[in-house]
Amino acid sequence: MSETNDKGRRSFLAAVSTGWALFTAASVAGLGMCVRFLFPNDTFEPATKFKVGYPADFAASSEGVVDKRYKTRGIWIVRTLDGFFVLSTVCTHLGCTPNWLETEKKFKCPCHGSGFYSSGINFEGPAPRPLERFNVSLAADGQLEIDKGKKYQQEKGQWDDPESFLKMEYSV
Amino acid sequence: MSLMKFITDSQIWKSIFRHKYPDNPRDQALAVLSNVFLHLHPIKVRKSGVRMSFTWCMGGLTFFLFLVETITGVLLMFYYRPVVEYAYNDIKALRDHVPIGIMRELHRWGAHLMVITVWLHMLRVFLTGSYKPPREFNWNVGVILLVLTLLLSFTGYLLPWDQLAIWAITVGTNMARATPLMGHEGPGAAFIQLGDVSLVTAGSDVRFGLLGSKTVGAATLLRFYVLHCIAVPLGAGLLIAVHFWRVRKDGGISGPM
Repeated sequence: MSETNDKGRRSFLAAVSTGWALFTAASVAGLGMCVRFLFPNDTFEPATKFKVGYPADFAASSEGVVDKRYKTRGIWIVRTLDGFFVLSTVCTHLGCTPNWLETEKKFKCPCHGSGFYSSGINFEGPAPRPLERFNVSLAADGQLEIDKGKKYQQEKGQWDDPESFLKMEYSV
Repeated sequence: MSLMKFITDSQIWKSIFRHKYPDNPRDQALAVLSNVFLHLHPIKVRKSGVRMSFTWCMGGLTFFLFLVETITGVLLMFYYRPVVEYAYNDIKALRDHVPIGIMRELHRWGAHLMVITVWLHMLRVFLTGSYKPPREFNWNVGVILLVLTLLLSFTGYLLPWDQLAIWAITVGTNMARATPLMGHEGPGAAFIQLGDVSLVTAGSDVRFGLLGSKTVGAATLLRFYVLHCIAVPLGAGLLIAVHFWRVRKDGGISGPM
């Protein structure tokens, strides 16, 4: 009769349980890694903070001159006689891009007809709230610098925040 | 010895077909049982199972359309590139430069039809009470399959990369930012934090995971292509197998309550 490797039932169950526990932990970790894999650390989108030129490049009027040159970067730069503010081009209804209609002096969204004044306030169509504003400041070299990472919503009273508006008296 | 008998007596033939000609019950049963593709289905079907006035045949049509979509979809994959620079023109090329010319349309029409047959099938199952116990689980499997069918339509819609596609997906995925806990503009997002670092932001919520970036762009096109061609069809295929198996185990199609 050969010697059997008999350590008993208890140690067998303990070993098997440990095995299953390790297997489960490894599987959960593997699944977690798969999910984390789907969230890229870097997207090749343009920077959120960028300069748009010198104040002298922008005209002003009492209602506000809407400048479209950075619309492809998702902003309109509006200059009144008191200063600058920057509007987001994302319609607050469902996310399409409105167009600035110069003759009618309003932003009009082609998707469902939302209308906004040059200030960004919604006045017609399904948009539930005004267009959002972004942070605007004067960079060290004198250029206007926009930071899309900071947004200001009128309905939350955030347009009173001095960061959402750049005070600059317009002189011809 | 006739040629047929020579062939059917050969070892090669017997290696492929493990049964004789199915003109008797035993070989008829073996013909289905020994085939990996056929054996998900039962060997015999009730007479009521082929009555269109009972079943409408909508479930079968849906599966048929799923196969049509798979075949036309794979054919389209030989020409379509899910890259921003090429996508739109590849769709146009499939119409103007590729033989048949309507493969993309067949795929699209098949998709529309599949959504219609899915809803009609659901209606029929409801009207015949085929969701009642013990068949509740299969009804739920069917609901998930419905959602997967709609997701296939949603992800496929982006692939032509035209104005309709981009804005439809922009609007559709904007809803994801308001998801509770998982969306950065949804309720509860502020509570998911590690110390003072918010884990659910515009760059890390479920919408970001779906789009692959903060806006609908190149990453989204590729992601939706993979979802549309691989992930969702695999999931749907698995659940279809479960769905058919459940029907069989619950007594076969058009079986008594």
